Amino acid sequence: MEAVRPVKEFRKQLEERVLAPLTRTGKGYYLLVGFLLLVVGWGLYAYFTQLREGLIVTGMRDRINWGLYISLFVFFIGISHAGTLISAILRVTKAGWRTPITRMAEFITVVALMTGALFPIIDLGRPDRVLNLFLFGRWQSPVVWDILSITTYLTGSFIYLYLPLVPDLALCRDRLAGLASPWKRLFFGVASLGWRDEAGQKRLLGIAIGMMMVLIIPVAVSVHTVVSWIFAMTLREPWDNPMFGAYFVAGAIFSGIATIIVLMAILRKAYHLEAYIKPQHFVNLGYMMAAFVLIMMYFNLSEYVTTGYKLAGEEAFHFRQLFSGELAPYYWFYAIGGMVVPGLIILFPATRTLAGVVTAAVLVNLGMFVERYFIVVGGLRVPLMPYTPATYFPTWVEWSIMAGAVAWFGLIIAIFSKLFPVIAVWEVAEHHEAEATRVPQPQAEAQSRRYPYAVGGGSGLDPDAGAPTPGGGKAP
Amino acid sequence: MSPPNGKKGLQSAGLRTDASRRRFLKLMGAGAVGVAALGAGLGSLAVTKRAEGGTEDPTTKRPRRWAMVVDLRSCDGCQSQGKPPQCTAACIQSRYVPEPMEWIEVYEKDLPGGGTQFIPTPCQHCQNAPCVNVCPVGATWATPEGTVLVDQQRCIGCRLCMAACPYDRRFFNWATAPRPPETAFVKYSPENQLGAPKGTVMKCDFCPEMARVGWLPYCIQACPNGAIYWGDLEEDLATNGEKVVTLSRFLSENEAYRLKEDLGTQPRVYYIPGHGQGVGRDSYKKGRLPTQWPWKETVAGAKTWKRSGQ
Repeated sequence: MEAVRPVKEFRKQLEERVLAPLTRTGKGYYLLVGFLLLVVGWGLYAYFTQLREGLIVTGMRDRINWGLYISLFVFFIGISHAGTLISAILRVTKAGWRTPITRMAEFITVVALMTGALFPIIDLGRPDRVLNLFLFGRWQSPVVWDILSITTYLTGSFIYLYLPLVPDLALCRDRLAGLASPWKRLFFGVASLGWRDEAGQKRLLGIAIGMMMVLIIPVAVSVHTVVSWIFAMTLREPWDNPMFGAYFVAGAIFSGIATIIVLMAILRKAYHLEAYIKPQHFVNLGYMMAAFVLIMMYFNLSEYVTTGYKLAGEEAFHFRQLFSGELAPYYWFYAIGGMVVPGLIILFPATRTLAGVVTAAVLVNLGMFVERYFIVVGGLRVPLMPYTPATYFPTWVEWSIMAGAVAWFGLIIAIFSKLFPVIAVWEVAEHHEAEATRVPQPQAEAQSRRYPYAVGGGSGLDPDAGAPTPGGGKAP
Repeated sequence: MSPPNGKKGLQSAGLRTDASRRRFLKLMGAGAVGVAALGAGLGSLAVTKRAEGGTEDPTTKRPRRWAMVVDLRSCDGCQSQGKPPQCTAACIQSRYVPEPMEWIEVYEKDLPGGGTQFIPTPCQHCQNAPCVNVCPVGATWATPEGTVLVDQQRCIGCRLCMAACPYDRRFFNWATAPRPPETAFVKYSPENQLGAPKGTVMKCDFCPEMARVGWLPYCIQACPNGAIYWGDLEEDLATNGEKVVTLSRFLSENEAYRLKEDLGTQPRVYYIPGHGQGVGRDSYKKGRLPTQWPWKETVAGAKTWKRSGQ
């Protein structure tokens, strides 16, 4: 804490480091974008094959009539909770350490929604008639609820991403005047909305962000609840479950945190942000993820113990397929790889490191994807009438479209990272200034103790403090 | 197509003198004669406008409330015929049902004692239909007569109705379904799903165009044992083409039930418990012949797919 550098010098270095990717682009970036474009192109080819031949080119058939596409829809809408919800929660709770990561979290939300929302359309038998949803839409249908909540969430998330961007866009406008390409300068000029760092502007922005961060939380919760209702509104035994909404929301936040961790690690490395995104950030998010491991385990327990105790109707079939039958590899991968192992990694101080947390996050993401898959396929596989249970496995078309979508997700993030600063410069700087001026006063100590959950409230995460951080994470 | 089933004629039409009854019976019985030979082509030509029901009880002027009763005591899965179930076969042949769809499917269900029973299962035409509830574009709806239809010109192919149907009674055109050349001039209507494009959902429609012109649905005409009855809850009558019964009394006195009654879907298809004992079937004689789609052989390069997986 005593090592707090002069505020101006800190700000200058921060700006240099964070704005660097916007002016300089290396060979690696072009190679990556080229590769991603290639994969997206391959996915498009697969989609055109599907348009030409019909959904017969997929592995889906009458009895298991949804598969990989709907699983990916649920998965991507799930990771969209990364951002807005988590950044909003951290803002609302005034967790100071959030400042270098909220921007990335909000990026993920917008991009994941832009990816996830494609899947129901990819899955349609008649994508040419998608406008029928607006011409003949019925409010009684969960599909229409989905459209409503996802578009609301996308709009809200976009505003919530944009508002804190305004001062940074103005910064780009001023600092990169001679460095960026003309069209980029035009973009910064228009998008910064005449921001001049005036007190009145700051006050208005503060009010707007304050409103959005509160409003976006119920919207985010509603989105995944409604996504789960696509399933829970049917009479299929494993889906016909009043807990589904809460279970889906918890899973969404769980995989959302994991996605932020993975993206943080990538951008930190790619853009050399080690001074601002510290191991402690990973550990803190790791703690949040561990809390959700417990919540997810609790949901599993309360669902499977209550239904498994009675084994009413077709539950016996569902239990067998999930725990020892066709879907058992998926379930146990999810349960052990996606919950137990990540939980243990974060539990032990020895593994609670940057590398450990990132490994746990990758596992959580894989586990949650598999969970979405066996929820969709497992629910449809339970026979409704006396017939032999159906089989489903995705075809090359489905895998290719999945690869294309993942590449599309990466591509937009890569492009975004060249258009905007990936770290909220003004927020980090403000936080730093607040810490620098507040720290010597004993009152401030009391202030930071009021938020014990904001781990390392004012010390471990200060980009210049260099103080030892709890849990083995060492500042670089 | 099998020749017309002569035994189901109009002979029952004279049973009553009441004019409305006579009209009902005429309506019901007329279809038995020669319809099958004509096939769906002409049958569909009779209905060219896109209609939604449009049949009413002549006395009350209220819409008819169509219902079906399957007397499982008389269903042996066509074991005694040595043929695949004839209801399914007639449905497929006359409505040009694409392979592998079976709009009326004969399931073989295990009985607690070890034997089996056959359950012919058309769309249940639920009065609280989950498929109708979830459709985002109103492409599936219930007619005033209580039948559930699909408009394949509006369907967007999201398949939520298929996920919602608890009876496995909805089918998807995973590719463009074949269509025989003789049907080239048949106009599409939700009551005649011929010409439904790929990427849309199809199912049993209760042959509404047949009811309008006074014929029984093909499955009922084709049943060699008279196991299936067509009825109207409004007029409280039902017939299998041979016998005419008072529908409510017939249901009560034979302990009729509906499939998955506990789900609250309120189907319009009723079942009278049994395992084919009425036509001499031994419940331990298992198995039925597999369904076939012979008409598709007449279409070059017909595209088919499997029902349960690749």
